[in-house]
Amino acid sequence: MSAHHAHAAMQADRSKRARTLVTPEGLSLPLTVGSRGARAGALLLDLVILLVGIIAVLVLFSAIGFGLLDIGSSPEASPVLQGLLVLAILFLFLSRYGYFLWFELGPRAATPGKRIVGLRVAARDGGRLTAEMVLARNLMRDIEVFVPAFFLLGGGQNSGAFGLATFIWLAVFVLFPVFNKDALRAGDIVAGTWVVEARHAKLKDAMSVAPDRTRDYRFEEAELSVYGEHELQVLERVLRQDRPESLREVAEAITGKIGWQLGAGDEREFLEAFYAALRGHLESNMRFGKRKRDKFS
Amino acid sequence: MVLSLFRKAEITPPADIEAASLRSDRFRLEREADWRRLDTIVTALEKNRPRRISDDDLLELPVLYRNTASSLAVARETSLDAATLNYLEALVRRAWFQIYGPRIELIGWLRRFLGGGWSAAVRAIWLDICIALVVMVAGTVVGWLLVDQDERWYYSLVPGGMAGGRAPGADPEVLRESLGTAEGADGLGVFAAYLFSNNTGVCILAFALGFAFGVPTLLLLVHNLSLLGAMYWVFSEAGLGLDFAAWISVHGTTELGAIMLSGAAGLHVGRTMMFPGDRSILSAMQTAGVRAAQVMAGCTIMLIVAGLLEGYARQLVGSTSARFAIGGAMLLFWALYFALVPAPQERDT
Repeated sequence: MSAHHAHAAMQADRSKRARTLVTPEGLSLPLTVGSRGARAGALLLDLVILLVGIIAVLVLFSAIGFGLLDIGSSPEASPVLQGLLVLAILFLFLSRYGYFLWFELGPRAATPGKRIVGLRVAARDGGRLTAEMVLARNLMRDIEVFVPAFFLLGGGQNSGAFGLATFIWLAVFVLFPVFNKDALRAGDIVAGTWVVEARHAKLKDAMSVAPDRTRDYRFEEAELSVYGEHELQVLERVLRQDRPESLREVAEAITGKIGWQLGAGDEREFLEAFYAALRGHLESNMRFGKRKRDKFS
Repeated sequence: MVLSLFRKAEITPPADIEAASLRSDRFRLEREADWRRLDTIVTALEKNRPRRISDDDLLELPVLYRNTASSLAVARETSLDAATLNYLEALVRRAWFQIYGPRIELIGWLRRFLGGGWSAAVRAIWLDICIALVVMVAGTVVGWLLVDQDERWYYSLVPGGMAGGRAPGADPEVLRESLGTAEGADGLGVFAAYLFSNNTGVCILAFALGFAFGVPTLLLLVHNLSLLGAMYWVFSEAGLGLDFAAWISVHGTTELGAIMLSGAAGLHVGRTMMFPGDRSILSAMQTAGVRAAQVMAGCTIMLIVAGLLEGYARQLVGSTSARFAIGGAMLLFWALYFALVPAPQERDT
């Protein structure tokens, strides 16, 4: 039962984050604003990737550097070492300011962390996401992510009244996304962007191509009007997951409700037939403008 | 067997449309091939491999997109197959993002940016630039006056590590030496790279701080420039005022210009937040933010130039007049560039 509650809670949360985006040609597209948790997770993933990458590259650089030192202080080594140092400085600079920018400018408009949790950046007005927008949102990131992080790492919050004031001030930036319904951070506001879900969905098999069983199972109008669209979709999920115990549980619930007796082992056949009949019934009503949301309506 | 893994998956029409007992499933099976075709194209675009898409597919893309979008509209009204609706919604959204997604080609963007986009953005924030300039001049004067009044101010303005012997009352010879040149080009690359990354960090901070109504940006400008004023006082006391000015001007006209522009960009955002005008605050801030971001992208270029000037030119050129000539020429160049390069023609991309 708790699984059902969790699912319902998730649905409620998703519908709170649902937005409709009207494209320039007037098509309305449903979008889901990325949850704050997912965005925090994506940021953490990106920071971990960055940190591991930085450590790996710096270890490599210093290994090359020490290798050159071993040869002795030959005059040839020094320009190479200098070049290495220049590269290291530029690499650190680019990893702080360039990582997010580079990936968000790509065709997926998402950093690796965002991709993993299924998010992407989009223009809030439904238009094209431009390079300048991505630039603006990532320039602001410095004060929202890196400055607070370095501040906390340096223990700045402990340094008296000034430290406390800075801490509170930085917290305003960090907590900004919590205080608006679209979870916009300061960079999103300045750039006119937002972060939305970008999940891929696989096209699953059509449900009614299973062998036609309308002859074996005939359902009356009254039996079909017990359930609504919500129950149909629960049934669809159960059929697609195809787990014997949940098939049995659902089949028993349905037969109990409509007063049928069912032999053992026939659960899947029965449910497929019932699904097809129920969907046909609800869809034909739908064509006449009658919709039944769930069993209570 | 192995080869089949690498071959492009053929899109086969679904087996038997008539076998489906539901009308909505037949609708789906009839259109499924088109959807899968759009899916393959969109996936290739997402992976940034447009060359994998055949010419036919690319030409058909808008049609496929529109058809799939209308399939979605019809399916929403006639089908209760949640999995198919989910798939269609995700596919249409992905296709839309690709068709209206960022289409950025670095060379083209740079040409447009350098050929007018940048200078137009700079001209558009002229008022903020004036404010930033006034604040910076005020900051320098304040630094000078403070140290002039009480030398102890110098130590609280200039961090110890940065002073490097350049303290009030220091031996003029030591000061003169600190303005001198390096022996050769050794190590100057590292210096230039360090200066660039450090200064760009400061500029980005100056911009980002503008979000809080611009006040912290102003404070940052005042603080950084009061440091310059304090240092100028030390050198002018030792009778080296002119030499110091020449030494600073080599890179300073470019570097301080970039700091001024980034401060102005931050102020622009902060000022728009306070006075959005007759538009909604969000849309006003977006316009300001995008404009400011262009100015900032240009600041990075200026700071690369400044880093090279500071790292190499200043360390290699020693005479006061030559230093003034370099600094003055850079100032003239930037001023003319921003004032004269016209905005690029409007295009929809």
